[in-house]
Amino acid sequence: MSELEITAPAPGRSRAGAVQRIPEAVTAWALASPLVLVLGFFLVLPVITIVVVSFWGSTEWSFYPAFLWDNYEFLLTSPVTLSVYLNTLMYTVLTWVFTLVIGFTVAYFLAFHIRTQTWQIALFLLCTIPFWTSNIIRMISWIPFLGRNGIANSVLMDIGLVNEPVEWLLFSDFAVVLAFVHLYTLFMVVPIFNTMMRIDKSLIEAARDAGATGAQILWNVVIPLTKPGIMIGSIFVVTLVMGDFITVRFMSGGQSASVGRMISNEIALLQYPAAAADAVILLLTVLIMISAMLRFVDIRKEL
Amino acid sequence: MRQASDLELVSLTKRYGDTVAVDAISLMVPAGTYCCLLGPSGCGKSSTLRMIAGHETVSDGDILLGNQRIGALPPAKRGTAMMFQSYALFPHLSVIDNVSFSLKMKGVDKPARHRRAGELLELVDISAYADRLPAQLSGGQQQRVALARALITEPQILLLDEPLSALDPFLRVRMRAELKRLQRELGISFIHVTHGQDEALALADMIVVMNRAKIEQAGAPRAIFNTPTTEFVARFMGGHNVLSDGGRRHAIRTDRIAVGRGGEGMAAIVSGIEFQGHSVSVALRTAGEDDLTAMVPEAEFYAAPLGPGDPVTLSWNPADLHPLAS
Repeated sequence: MSELEITAPAPGRSRAGAVQRIPEAVTAWALASPLVLVLGFFLVLPVITIVVVSFWGSTEWSFYPAFLWDNYEFLLTSPVTLSVYLNTLMYTVLTWVFTLVIGFTVAYFLAFHIRTQTWQIALFLLCTIPFWTSNIIRMISWIPFLGRNGIANSVLMDIGLVNEPVEWLLFSDFAVVLAFVHLYTLFMVVPIFNTMMRIDKSLIEAARDAGATGAQILWNVVIPLTKPGIMIGSIFVVTLVMGDFITVRFMSGGQSASVGRMISNEIALLQYPAAAADAVILLLTVLIMISAMLRFVDIRKEL
Repeated sequence: MRQASDLELVSLTKRYGDTVAVDAISLMVPAGTYCCLLGPSGCGKSSTLRMIAGHETVSDGDILLGNQRIGALPPAKRGTAMMFQSYALFPHLSVIDNVSFSLKMKGVDKPARHRRAGELLELVDISAYADRLPAQLSGGQQQRVALARALITEPQILLLDEPLSALDPFLRVRMRAELKRLQRELGISFIHVTHGQDEALALADMIVVMNRAKIEQAGAPRAIFNTPTTEFVARFMGGHNVLSDGGRRHAIRTDRIAVGRGGEGMAAIVSGIEFQGHSVSVALRTAGEDDLTAMVPEAEFYAAPLGPGDPVTLSWNPADLHPLAS
C-alpha cells in the first residue's frame, strides 16, 4: 500500500484534484439535506403552523386568521388550566416514580444477576412481548380485570379481604397511573439496562474489595454510573405521560382531566386556535422539564 | 514459627462444573515475599489469585493468612487487597475519591479520608492529579491510582492481576522497578500474576510456575531458571534446550552449548541465525528429533561466522545437563 503511494504520487494527486471540484461545504449540505427536508417538513413546519394558528381568533362556529393574544390570555388566567396541569403533573410524577423503581429493579436483575448472555437476551425479549400488541388493547385488557365484577374484586371478595367490590380500582386515578406504569415501564428498562451492561463488572469487585456492602455498591457505584440511562428513560416517560390523552380518558372513564384530553376536547369542538395555544404551552412546559432534567446529567456520553 | 502474614494455600481447588481450573495446589508464601504466579493463559493462575482475593469461591481446600483461615471470608475482611488487570477505577470519581473509597465505605469523614488518600498519592508519586477523573489520566498514571487505592486498606498482601500487561513496553519496565521498590518499602507480600517470564525473573523473590491447574515448580528465580525440574518449565522459562540422552530427558542452557567445526561431539546442521545484540542465536537441526538452539556471544560468533546449511559439532560440559522429571 505505502509503496504504491510513494512510487506513484504525481498522477494520483492530479486525478484526485480533478474529481474534487465540488467544494466540501456543498457535499456536506447535500449529505445532510434529506434529513433536513424530512425534519423541516414533518416537524418544523407543523410546529410553526401550530404557533401561527394559536394566535388566530375564533367564534363558536368558526375561526379566522388574526394576531390575538386572546387564546393565551384565556388559557393562562383560567383556574381550570392550573388544575388540569397539576393533575397531569401528578400523573407524571407518580408514573415516573413507579416506572423508575420497577424499571431499575428489572434492569438491575437482568444486568447483574443473570449470568449468561443467552438468558439475559431471552428475558429481555420476554419483557418486550406485551409490546407486540397495541397500547389500546393493553389498556382495555385492564377493564375486565379491575371492573366492579372483575377478577381483582372477585378474588378480593373470595378471600374475604373485602365485603363489597372496591370501587376505586377502575375509572379512577389509580387505574390511570396503573395503566401508565404498565405501558411505559419498558421505556425505563431498556435505557437503564443498556447503561448497566456497559458497567465493567470488575468495578463491582473493586468496590467489594474496598469493603463496600451491597447497598453501598448500589448507591456509590451502580446508581451514579446508571444515571445517563435513568435520565433517558425519564425523558421518555415524562414526555409520553405529559402528552397522553387516550389512557387518561379510558382508564378514568372520562372523569379525570389531563392536558392532552383538554387539547383533544378542544379539537373535537373545532376550537383549533385554543387547542393550538394549549399545545404550545404544553410543548414549552415539557421542554422546560427536559432541559431541567438534562442539567443534572450529561447524556451525550451515552449517545 | 509462622508469622502473622505468611500465606498458605492448602490443596486449594477450583472447579467450574466439570472443568478443574485449579487442582489441589499447596503453597507457602512467607511474609514480605514478592511472589510471581507464572504460566500460560488458562493455567489457573488468575483463578488462584481471585480465590485468595475472595472474588471466586473456593471449591475445596483452604487459604491461611497467618493462623487465620480466610477461605470463606468476604474480600475486605481477609487482609488482602487486589489491583485489577484493567485497574477498575471508578470512572465517576476523582482520583482522590477513588483512593479514599474504602475509607468512605467505613464511614471515615471527608477531611480525614482525603488526608490519608493524599499520603498514598504521595507514595505513588501522583499527588498533582488528585482532582482529575480517571479518563483524564494515562495508563501508567491510572495504574498508580489503582495501586494507591489498593494500599489504602493497609493490606498484609497485595494481589496484582497482570498489572503491567496494559502498558507499553517502555513503561512496563519502569513500573516494574516501581512495584519492586514499593514492595521493599512496605515490607508486605505482593502476589503478582503474569505470563511474562522476564517480568517474573526481574521482580520475584519466589516464582511459582503453573501449568494445567497445577504447580510445576516453585522457588527462587535463579533456581527456576538454572535448574528447571520439568520439561514444561525448561521450555516456558526459555533459554533452555531439552534433549534426550539415553532415554532420559535433560535440560541444558542455550549458552552452555559450544558450537565447533569438526572435532568431538553431536553432529548438527545450522538452520538459522538470529542476531540478538549481546549474542547470536543459532538454530540447529540434529540427527535426532530435537531441534536445538545455541546462544553464542556476539564477538565470538563474528570471529568465525556460520551460515545456514553449515555442518557443526556440538559439545557441552556434562555437569550442565539437568535431568528432568519424565
